Amino acid sequence: MTIFRLRNPFYEQFRDFLEMNRVQDEVNRLYENFFGRRPITQKMNVFPAVNVSEDDDNLYVLAELPGVEPDDVDITAQEDSLILKGVRRIPAEGDDVSYHRREREDGSFNRKVTLPIHIVPQKVEAVTKNGLLKVTLPKADEVKSKKIEIKVQ
Amino acid sequence: MERKEIRVKDKENAGAKSELTYTGPVFLPAVDILEKDDAVILIADMPGVDSEGVDVHLNEKDLTISGQIKEEKFGNAYIHKEFQTGDYLRTFSLSKAIDGNRIEAIMKNGVLRIVLPKAETIKPRRIEVKAG
Repeated sequence: MTIFRLRNPFYEQFRDFLEMNRVQDEVNRLYENFFGRRPITQKMNVFPAVNVSEDDDNLYVLAELPGVEPDDVDITAQEDSLILKGVRRIPAEGDDVSYHRREREDGSFNRKVTLPIHIVPQKVEAVTKNGLLKVTLPKADEVKSKKIEIKVQ
Repeated sequence: MERKEIRVKDKENAGAKSELTYTGPVFLPAVDILEKDDAVILIADMPGVDSEGVDVHLNEKDLTISGQIKEEKFGNAYIHKEFQTGDYLRTFSLSKAIDGNRIEAIMKNGVLRIVLPKAETIKPRRIEVKAG
């Protein structure tokens, strides 16, 4: 027995279109699950790139500054912002050298990071280690999360 | 002196250039390669890697550098992320004969510097031109 299926050409096209949408949704859903609904990284195009994280008491700003001496970095903290300013020096290698490849860059940087909450500028601390700059910014009291007790009546 | 401003560069994934037995991003470090009369010097930016995390390996003419970052937890949630962190890996093919016994590597401030002394035989010689 032969079965003939009647198909509406318009519906066929429409169905493909729906399928595309479904695939798109699926991909988006995967990304959201893996990376928590945000793009993997956000680009600001100002050196240095920073990551900002937090816990209950502090904000942390992390920047990759390989080869930058601690003395060459100036950090200015305000209640709601942080400025990272400095120079990256690449020492000259002498006159008798020829370059095969030159990908590392020297120069100055001046980056302002606007903080999402208020911090205590007087208590900001910074350390460099292995070319990473870590700035610890204690949260202002009024923005710290508070545990709310539920009273029994 | 006015210095030019540094541009932001995206980290390049080492990706398909090597197969790894663990997961996580691996990046190509930015490098300078320069040559002196008696040595080739390779300088690589590997922020987050300390001297124990670096591995320099010379196999015939292939020089492989790898760096494992020390994962440190800061805070418990990211609120803004502009760069990814991960290990570094890059392989170079050296065109000159290198004296493998005298390679020196120093790691400082997240910058790896490798001095690869040229083998005696290929050091440039100054050729005297005699008056005939």
